Amino acid sequence: MQTYTDDDLRRRSLEYRRDTLRAIKAAGAGHTGGSLSAIDILNVLYNRVMRVSPENFSSPARDRYVQSKGHSVEALFVVLASKGFYPASELDTLCDYQSHFVGHPTRKVPGVEQNTGALGHGLPICTGMAIGGKLDGADYRVFTLLGDGELAEGSNWEAAMAAAHYGLDNLTAIVDCNTLQITGRTRDVMNAEPLAEKFEAFGWAVRTVDGHDIGELTDALSAPLEAGKPGVVIARTVKGKGISFMEDNGAWHHKVPTDDEFAAAMAELDAALAGVAGASQ
Amino acid sequence: MSAPAPSMYSADAQAVAEKLGLSLGRPNLEVFAETLQELAAGDPNVVAVTSDSRGSGKLGPYGKALPRQIVEVGIAEQNLVGIAAGLASVGKTTFAVSPACFLAARSLEQIKNDIAYSDNPVKLIGISAGVSYGALGTTHHSLHDFAALRAINNLIVAAPADNIEARASIRSAAALPAPVYLRFGKAPLYDLPGDADFVFGKARLVRAGRDAAFVATGEAVIHALLAAEHLAATAGLDCRVLSVPTVKPLDTKAVQDAAADCAAIVTVEEHMVHGGLGEACAALLAQSGRVPKFRIVGIPDEYTVTGSQADIFRHYGMTMEGLATTMRTLLGD
Ligand SMILES: Cc1ncc(C[n+]2csc(CCOP(=O)(O)OP(=O)(O)O)c2C)c(N)n1
Ligand SMILES: [Mg+2]
Repeated sequence: MQTYTDDDLRRRSLEYRRDTLRAIKAAGAGHTGGSLSAIDILNVLYNRVMRVSPENFSSPARDRYVQSKGHSVEALFVVLASKGFYPASELDTLCDYQSHFVGHPTRKVPGVEQNTGALGHGLPICTGMAIGGKLDGADYRVFTLLGDGELAEGSNWEAAMAAAHYGLDNLTAIVDCNTLQITGRTRDVMNAEPLAEKFEAFGWAVRTVDGHDIGELTDALSAPLEAGKPGVVIARTVKGKGISFMEDNGAWHHKVPTDDEFAAAMAELDAALAGVAGASQ
Repeated sequence: MSAPAPSMYSADAQAVAEKLGLSLGRPNLEVFAETLQELAAGDPNVVAVTSDSRGSGKLGPYGKALPRQIVEVGIAEQNLVGIAAGLASVGKTTFAVSPACFLAARSLEQIKNDIAYSDNPVKLIGISAGVSYGALGTTHHSLHDFAALRAINNLIVAAPADNIEARASIRSAAALPAPVYLRFGKAPLYDLPGDADFVFGKARLVRAGRDAAFVATGEAVIHALLAAEHLAATAGLDCRVLSVPTVKPLDTKAVQDAAADCAAIVTVEEHMVHGGLGEACAALLAQSGRVPKFRIVGIPDEYTVTGSQADIFRHYGMTMEGLATTMRTLLGD
């Protein structure tokens, strides 16, 4: 796998944010806030941690990623394009009539492991993938990304129990803990905290990180947290990260920027890109 | 690059609607939210239960006005229906409100056992039903809800066709000590002509006619009506149009009368062709021995095409033009 410096990845995250907003603007629809909060996680997974590429995607040995919070599909589609699964221009058809780029992850799009969009499905599926890996003596790792609001679905906790029961250290769940869901603050809608203690009590190894810090994410994700236990990385994130007027603002859950907002967002990202060492554009 | 979402109605269809004097009303979802708030404001026993769905259900104002009459459960549809069953069992007039795709799938066992079998008279409200969510795709479509819920004893299954049916069905459901499932879309709807006295289990005659009949439910009815008018103007055909809001129990007399009077029946629904209104009519007519020429129009058994609700309706021949062609082909013109 190509190796990137932390600054390379910081630059990539900004480019991903730009491309994600472009895709949402072009489609006239999209889950803006949750895509922006997840981008640094996806960046580190796909560019530093996971052994997955267009070349090995049909190999049973590949690492697997299932995006349980499927609504943040724009970020995933942008990252998969950057990995060479398809030309980025294909994303221009997102949500169009007869496009295979549906507004949630679908296996019609190369690089997508599983169809998601209804919340609370990723962790059970990944638990199955991880059990399969253990049965086969395979060394692939399985990753899933969950929303903090999504954790209210009971299926997550059924899978959490099973994953610990089977000692699935080949399974890593990442919670995009941006403290918001559609109705408002997760703590006001249905409080999921204390998350670390809950997962620990279920028998998981737990690490809490700044979900926008490339170094902390790399550290937490590069290897299983603890032998014999599934691992959960609680990523403290900011919904709408990277765009001042979207940050921590629940209204941006699935809002599409106006022309003016889009221009302002692009300007913020361009300025940030110029500030990253070694910026090429 | 996306063009603006196409309208459900072609210019020709809009012209037909205009000639009929139909006026474009509001989305049924808005009428639902407003009606529920009226009911709840007048009766502190009314409770809405939501699963991070109050925004999608247009219940923001309700939540602000009546915070003690809304119970939020978070993103947990099974819990939503279980909690609703409990509330109903202690005497609350309970509305469980969640996107139809999740409500009729995720919580199906709670609906079957805790609501229908246990006779807890919860009002299950499936919002943004059918293909209302358009390009969000299959996870967000409810094309199985009629089929799944018709197979459950002790549950009324209904899909109002316009604002009038929507308002009446919510009020009737609230007054009825029985489990009810109602589904609503989010596109603005034309108000249909015809006697609007609403009773669960009764069809509504939207257009009289004896050559052929469209038997339709929910937000597909308007397209059947426009097709009937179009056929009258272009082919001299006189088509009956029945709005059948209650998919179960079916108005067997109205459907059998249509079969007796007309040479052909085309059923129309925003649902998969399996297990919905069309197959309910087919089973009724086959067993009653009088089957006219018959076609079920709905979403076929395939990966649903990507697109807006309007794209999907057009793609599968569910708008005026497609339905008129289906009827003419069926009649052998
Ligand atoms: C089973 C299910 N219920 C409801 C929804 C609708 N929905 C989509 S996103 C969302 C909020 C998600 O909040 P969170 O998990 O915190 O995600 P994030 O903040 O990262 O966007 C909801 C309720 C869904 N997609 N699936
Ligand atoms: Mg969140």
